[in-house]
This record gives sequence, structure tokens and C-alpha cells, in this order.
Amino acid sequence: MSLSIAVCVKPVPDSDHYDKITIDPKTKRVNRDGIPTIINTMDKNAIEAALKLKELHGGKVTVFTMAPDSAVENLRRVLAMGVDEAFLCSDRALGGADTWATSYTLYKAIEKTGEYDIILLGNETEDGGTAQVPSQLGEWMAIPHMTNIINMTYDEGKVTVERKTDDGSIKYRVALPAVFSVVRETNEPRIPNVMGILKAKNKPLTIFRADDLDLDPAFIGLKGSPTQPGDIFSPDMSRKSELISGEPDAVAQKIIAEIKKTGVMIG
Amino acid sequence: MDISAYKGIHVFCETSKGKIIENSLELLGEATVLKSKLSHNPEVTAVVIGHQLEQYSDLLGEYGADRIILIDDVKYAQYRPDFYAEALAETCKEYKPEIVLVGATLKGEEIGPTAAKILDTGMAAHCVELNIREDGQFVQVVPAFGGKVLGDILCPNFRPQMASMKAGLATKQQFSGKKAVVEAFSPDIKGFGDKIEVLEVIEEAKEKVSLGGAELVVTGGFGIGTQDGWQKLEVLASKLNGVTGCTRPALDEGWTEHEETMIGTSGVAIKPKVYLGFGISGAAHHTCGIKTAGLIISVNRDANAPIFDVSDYKVVGDWEAIVDALIEAL
Ligand SMILES: Cc1cc2nc3c(=O)[nH]c(=O)nc-3n(C[C@H](O)[C@H](O)[C@H](O)COP(=O)(O)OP(=O)(O)OC[C@H]3O[C@@H](n4cnc5c(N)ncnc54)[C@H](O)[C@@H]3O)c2cc1C
Ligand SMILES: Nc1ncnc2c1ncn2[C@@H]1O[C@H](COP(=O)(O)O)[C@@H](O)[C@H]1O
Repeated sequence: MSLSIAVCVKPVPDSDHYDKITIDPKTKRVNRDGIPTIINTMDKNAIEAALKLKELHGGKVTVFTMAPDSAVENLRRVLAMGVDEAFLCSDRALGGADTWATSYTLYKAIEKTGEYDIILLGNETEDGGTAQVPSQLGEWMAIPHMTNIINMTYDEGKVTVERKTDDGSIKYRVALPAVFSVVRETNEPRIPNVMGILKAKNKPLTIFRADDLDLDPAFIGLKGSPTQPGDIFSPDMSRKSELISGEPDAVAQKIIAEIKKTGVMIG
Repeated sequence: MDISAYKGIHVFCETSKGKIIENSLELLGEATVLKSKLSHNPEVTAVVIGHQLEQYSDLLGEYGADRIILIDDVKYAQYRPDFYAEALAETCKEYKPEIVLVGATLKGEEIGPTAAKILDTGMAAHCVELNIREDGQFVQVVPAFGGKVLGDILCPNFRPQMASMKAGLATKQQFSGKKAVVEAFSPDIKGFGDKIEVLEVIEEAKEKVSLGGAELVVTGGFGIGTQDGWQKLEVLASKLNGVTGCTRPALDEGWTEHEETMIGTSGVAIKPKVYLGFGISGAAHHTCGIKTAGLIISVNRDANAPIFDVSDYKVVGDWEAIVDALIEAL
């Protein structure tokens, strides 16, 4: 049997440029001008896992994203990695969605486009980092779901996964269709080559507006989200940053003296 | 939804190797603080799911629980996310808490949002602070962009208001001798039935290093450069009666195998009295984990390293020379 695999990916601001993030004191909006957008790192792990499954068992890999129109560029790069088709859900009405509303929209887009054996996600995004969308998507789809996957093999209609826990790991055998989210250790995502980049130009990429999906308007965007944002602020973590200078011995003595002042018992 | 029908604070208490984890005890402490800020004095309930749970009752009372709900059945002996999440959701349907706290552990991060979806309510992830607003609403402060930005999250129209928080942020409270009322609850759950099968539970053999209770943490970053360099940090840490922590690159390099000592957004938050940082640039992803540390001293050869902004004292120079001198002096 060949596998039909869906992967959810999110474009996020590149964390190497987080120092440029500011908050507009008036509008209270996060200003991320000049920060490049990349595909969330763990989502690349999810794509890699999907491509590996396809290489072994045959099939098709389709990606889904809910993001502004500019995500087309990110999706071309994902197609260049070897993904077959991409769907972008982009509409003002979808903006401001929390994980409940995001996973609902992704569910509806996935449902509209076909049937999938395996739905893969990154375990968490690096901008919001909630790690909630995978489980909630699984619940919307009403199929088995599991997070923190480090290992995955497919045979005979089921998948054997190893999932990380805080004190080791657990192996499960899960009937398909199912939703899994993967962590960094899973694999090393491939980098698109020139052939891939050329091919990507002609691969199908469809944009869905809210009206194209059979969405309940009460379940989408900021309005449909159970959680609502309040105030935002940048935490001020700055400290006095007093310079200790001198020869290493003198510096060491000063450090030890400062530690002793805190009352911590050392050696 | 009749919001006023929801009363009380539930804390999902997670067990590991026959013990309630620290994170859960901290959240119980947090729940008692929230309780004191709510005028109707809601009950704090510890919800424990698993098998053979009786042993935990005294402990949970002493850490602040007024009531304990034990969901004890052989079907919970091994971790099944679907069973645990549904059991937690059923508890909420039955007992109608206004607030539910879940540890942002690798299991909690799965149980919480799954239960939130079953209940069709909101959940705020990885909160760094929890508050009660004057009007009684629960304010959940969440980090974005690796902690560069913090934002308040509210869940005005749905109950329960759910939040996750990772270890090291909340503080345990002790009420010695306090006894909680124990109740058994046996929800009728189905999960995904035989679509999920547990094959094997693999327990990690190596001992975990806990930064939670450490008074002094010696932290090394990518600037340490080599395994031998890392050994020097370990020597320094033991001379100082402290423990070693790491950044993500140091872990990725394999200098330490203790993943649980990684500090930051994807690791732990710590509040030692002293944090010594060597060869660390100071990315928000890391520094958000040391916000409440006492004294912060860092050594970096780059005078513009951002870590210096969040340090009490800075040393501009080679880490190795300073560590050698410290070891020598101790
Ligand atoms: C989603 C996400 C989550 C993350 N979560 C975490 C997390 O939880 N924890 C975490 O730590 N990181 C995390 N990171 C990574 C984080 O963004 C930074 O990349 C990381 O913290 C940098 O680690 P570092 O300071 O050790 O390394 P670098 O940034 O490479 O800094 C090394 C520093 O060492 C200095 N140096 C080099 N040689 C010497 C020398 N001889 N003497 C003195 N100084 C020297 C350099 O000047 C430099 O400042 C995360 C990243 C992402 C995208
Ligand atoms: N807007 C989105 N579009 C597509 N996938 C998403 C979106 N948001 C989250 N995801 C997926 O869900 C995972 C976890 O996201 P989060 O719960 O936001 O940390 C991500 O790694 C993605 O795979």
C-alpha cells in the first residue's frame, strides 16, 4: 500500500533575528519588520519523516499551512525538498487564531482535500511554542494522535512509534489514520537541491480563502478562539552588568567573594 | 455556558517512577496562591491518574491540596495519552473546576491540550506567570519568540480556564500536617480503544540531574569548545558544591548527556542563588530560564555578548583562564 501523508508546517520568524523584535508601545503590536520568515525547524523534521516514509513505501506528501499569502515562498521551498503538493489557508478572517481555532482550520482543510493515512506535524513552533496544535488536530479529526515522536516505522496498515517521555520513552503500535508530531532528534531534514528547486516551480500550490473551506465562522480566527490575548510587553531582564577586570587570579578572587556574599556554602 | 457553575482549582498531578513529580508539587503551591487571591476561596484539588495511587494522599495534602481525586485503574498503569486526557476531561465535566493547571512536561503537554479540545475550552501553554485580575479573571502570562515577548492570555467565555507551566517557575508551599479529603473517581472512558497498543515502556537507566533545588549552577555554552573543556566545568561545579547546566548547543555537541540540565525555553527554568555562565551568548531562548536567579556572573570573550545585559557581573575574556583560576583558588 502506498501512503498518503499530510504534513502541517508553519512559517515563523527566524529566531536568529529575535533581537529585532520590538513592541509598538501605542498599538501594542509585535513589530517583526525585517525579520526573515522560515519554516519552523521541527516542521522540517516532519517533512523529512514524511519523505522517508514515501521513499520506503511509495505515496504522496501534501503540506498544509495556515498563514498569510507571503507563505507561498516558504511553501515553494518545502516543495523543493520533495513534497508533492501544498495548500495554503490564507484569509484575514483566520488571523489571530489560538491553537483550538488553528487546529480546527487545518482539520477542515485536510478534510476537504482528501484522505490521509498519516498526518505529521512538528512538535512545537519556535515562535509561539505551545506544542498544542498536534493533539488538538488529532481530536478534531477524531483519530489516534501522539506527540514527541522520535522514531516511526510503518508496516501493514499500522505505525510503530517511539515517543519520548521525561523518564525514557514508550513504544506504541497505532492503527491508521493517525496524527503524530515529531521532535528534533527524529532525523536531519534534507536541504533542497537545484533539481528540487526547479521542479518545485511546477508543483501544485493552492490557496484556500475562508469561503473555500466549509468553516463554521464561529470557530475561526481571533473571534472563534476560546483564549483571547490581553496586554503584551517585553520583560526587562537587564541587570547592572558591572565589569570585573584584571588578571584571572584577581577575577577569580572577586567572583568567589561575590558568591560568598550570597550565603551559598562553597567548598 | 454557565460560567458561574465552575468553582475550584484542579491540578493534574503527574507521577514518575512511583513519585509525584516536583513540577506537580510546585503547581499545587501555585494553586494555593491563586486560591488566596480569589474571594470565594475555592478548593484546591489534586487529580492523580494511574494505578495503585493510595500512597500519595498524605503528601498531596501537605503540599496544599484540599481534596484529592484518585483515578485509579489498571488501564492507567501504562501511559496512554488518550486515556489520561479523557480521564482528565471527564473529571472536569463532573467536578466543574474554574481553573485547571497541568505541568508542561512531555506528557502534560499532550494531556492538557487534548483535554482542552475534548472540553472545547481554551488552554494557555508554557505560562511563566499566573495571576488573578481584579474582576476575578484568570490571567495567564505566556512567552513568545523565545521569551522576548510576554503576553497575557484570558479565557473569558469558556471553562475551565486551562494553563500549563513548566518546572522551576512556581514555588512549592508546605502545610505540614494538612490532610486532604480523598475521593475515588472512575470515569467511563474509551480513548481510541485498541487502535493504540503499548508495546514497551523504556525507562532511562541513567540518574537524572536536578537543577531544581540547586543553589549554585555552573552553566556552559558553545564557547566551551571541547569535551575536555567541559570536564573542567564539572570540576569547578563540584568544587563549588554546585551542579552543571548547559545551553542547547553544548548539549547538541554531546559534551554533557544530561538533557534535563538544559536551561531555557525548551529546557528547565531555574532559580539558583548563583548562576555562573561560561561561553554563553545569551539568546532569549536561554536567558528566559534564569530570570529569577539570584546572582548572575558571566564570562564571555565577546564584550558585546547579550548575556552581559542580564548579568550582575561580567568578565570579558577567555572562560578557561577564569575557570582554571577559580579551581586553583578553591
Ligand atoms: C525553538 C528553539 C528553542 C530553543 N531552546 C533553547 C533552550 O531551551 N536553551 C538554550 O540554551 N537554547 C535554546 N535554543 C537555542 C538558542 O536560540 C541559542 O542558539 C543558544 O542558547 C545559544 O547557546 P550558546 O550561548 O551556548 O552558543 P552561542 O550562541 O554559539 O554562543 C557561544 C558564546 O561563547 C563565546 N565564546 C566562544 N569562545 C569563548 C571563549 N574561549 N571564552 C569565552 N567565551 C567564548 C562566544 O563569544 C559566544 O558568545 C533554542 C532555539 C530555538 C530555535
Ligand atoms: N498555522 C499553522 N499552519 C500549519 N501548521 C501549524 C500551524 N500552527 C501550528 N502548526 C503545526 O503544529 C505544530 C505545533 O505548533 P504549536 O502548537 O503552535 O507549537 C507545528 O510544528 C506545526 O506542524
